Amino acid sequence: MNATTPAVSLRPDPIREGLARGWKVLDATRGTHDAVYEADVAIVGSGAGGGIAADILSAAGLRVVLIEEGPLRSSSDFRMRESDAYPQLYQASAARKTRDKTINILQGRCVGGGTTVNWTSSFRTPPRTLAHWRDAYALQGFGEDDLEPWFERVERQLSIAPWTVEPNANNAALARGASRLGIAYAAIRRNVHQCWNLGYCGMGCPTNAKQSMLVTTIPAALDRGAVLISGARAVRLTHASDRVTGVECAAMDERGVAPSGRSFTVRARSYVVAGGAINTPALLLRSGVADPHGLIGARTFLHPTVVSAALMPERVDGYAGAPQTIYSDAFLDDVPPEGPIGYKLEAPPIHPVLAAITLPGHGAPHARFMRRLPHLSVLIALLRDGFHPDSGGGRVQLADDGTPVLDYPFNDYLWSGVRRAFQSMAAIQFAAGATEVLPIHGTGASFTTAGSARSGIDAFDLAPLVTPVVSAHVMGGCTMGADARRAVVDPSGRFHHLANLFVADGSLFPTSIGANPQLTIYAVAARLATAWASQWRTS
Amino acid sequence: MKRRTFLAAGALGVAALAAGGWLRYGVRLAPPGRALDDDARVTVAALVPAFLDGALPVHAPLRDSAIIETVGAVDAAILGLPPIAQHELAQLFGLLGFPPARMALGMRTAWSDASTVEVQAALQRWQGSRSLLLRSAYDGLHQLILAAWYANPRAWPDIGYPGPPALS
Repeated sequence: MNATTPAVSLRPDPIREGLARGWKVLDATRGTHDAVYEADVAIVGSGAGGGIAADILSAAGLRVVLIEEGPLRSSSDFRMRESDAYPQLYQASAARKTRDKTINILQGRCVGGGTTVNWTSSFRTPPRTLAHWRDAYALQGFGEDDLEPWFERVERQLSIAPWTVEPNANNAALARGASRLGIAYAAIRRNVHQCWNLGYCGMGCPTNAKQSMLVTTIPAALDRGAVLISGARAVRLTHASDRVTGVECAAMDERGVAPSGRSFTVRARSYVVAGGAINTPALLLRSGVADPHGLIGARTFLHPTVVSAALMPERVDGYAGAPQTIYSDAFLDDVPPEGPIGYKLEAPPIHPVLAAITLPGHGAPHARFMRRLPHLSVLIALLRDGFHPDSGGGRVQLADDGTPVLDYPFNDYLWSGVRRAFQSMAAIQFAAGATEVLPIHGTGASFTTAGSARSGIDAFDLAPLVTPVVSAHVMGGCTMGADARRAVVDPSGRFHHLANLFVADGSLFPTSIGANPQLTIYAVAARLATAWASQWRTS
Repeated sequence: MKRRTFLAAGALGVAALAAGGWLRYGVRLAPPGRALDDDARVTVAALVPAFLDGALPVHAPLRDSAIIETVGAVDAAILGLPPIAQHELAQLFGLLGFPPARMALGMRTAWSDASTVEVQAALQRWQGSRSLLLRSAYDGLHQLILAAWYANPRAWPDIGYPGPPALS
């Protein structure tokens, strides 16, 4: 395959250029000997929340230390191979699972976090989600009008704009099927600049077109003198009376799998936790901070996602071209958020490993679908969890070694949405011209007509580890709200029980978003961090 | 043995079947730089052609090297998992490599002698089992083995995947 190995070194790499300019970047897997680092602000996590916060706080003249458990990798390293990308850039090699292993979670773990590996879908928070937060959680200051200027700001900063290139065939199939059935669909906005339309966003953008934290806010912060420590796990916040006094960190081993035994401490005036909605609650739980109402880690949401594969007579080449460019909210909009669970439809990238682990079963039946990979079309349905009393989400707990485990039980409320989602996806795929539809369930029953799919799906015995469920979005677990009996942090992002501890990631959300969450995290983090900057600059 | 670990979490039915012996058997250490010890490699080498029947090369030298490469890739993948997941998989392979437990799980023949048909029959039972534990074992092996082969560029010509595009 050497003939197709890209000559990546010929293209600019802003990270390697910055390192050559003398950025203060430390790879903890290679050094640190019980050191102590001091700063104005320590930020844990370099994803959507931590990246935005690092940019805004460093621009205010504050000395920032950014701590990231994953490695620093950049465009020169991004070879568009699943065998490189999943172990290096994802939590647990892209195999992080819920406690009973029912749900497989795709979550970034590298400098830039999820933004380095996401599929670039950029949605403003749905107005109905914000209204629910206001009405059901009495959350003030996060309405549509409040967030409007923050959305505009980050959309400008990250080149978030309509994608005007023709969708790839997998996304075109969603549009075609929906259109023939009279189902509303629209184009997805993307955070890209001069995108090559390659389709490998999930393995790290090799051309730096994706405006992730890795190539925008983090380089900006590093240019201002911020310090980045990669390969380091924030193990515990030490605290005394009402203040955090330090964050104890473990340097990871060379594989980034386990602590190496070396450790260091970061001391700062303020601490911002942005490790994502599983790791942030876990850090708070490990730290033994006050939690009188047992709220830390509770109400963690995933947009539980189910998958439907189809064979198309024409080539789809689902591995090529921008991965998610068309969506349908028809099945979110036709139910009230507090009603039966709704779901968003999207069309994901289809690469060999992702396809192989998603297609059910083994042996000849599995191989038959793999051999048709270029004709494979795939839809996903993301369930909007957290809006109904029967959708309380999961709870982050700690395993014996202190690492987080998310307990996320499934119930009939969720399964009813799964069944409807399978029906919607199969109907759209047949309308788009599919010759065979394979809802990803059980041993892999497939259907060749819309009618047989309808009755077949009705008869599915949906169950954990019979019906594969995946997630690419983690939200909640450190709910934001004014009432300390119902929320972990206040509406300024400050932890209710300590004066200098703040949260800036998706764990703040009282429910799931009902859309890919990156833009919501950016806007909320920008709004919170801007207020922090003005206070901390003068304090 | 911690309650939370892989075996104990869903061990009820399986433990009874295995007559208790394997719990003592426990987790053995693989050689440094490896996740799979020799017994576990034999087990995986039997599972690989069962999962990948119809996908691997048909003829002996190519097929054998593909199986060896896939076993190696499974080993490497496990080393990239968090310690808890590595420990759970070590327990699973310890169980599968312990003859009474293996037989209780429907594999009468030793892994080194088992036919693909026989292994597939066992996989089928695990996949359709009422035990969440056995289903999660199937699911874990499914993910590891299929990912190991299809990440290999050797797998790509047969499935029509052109590989990553060349950038200029």
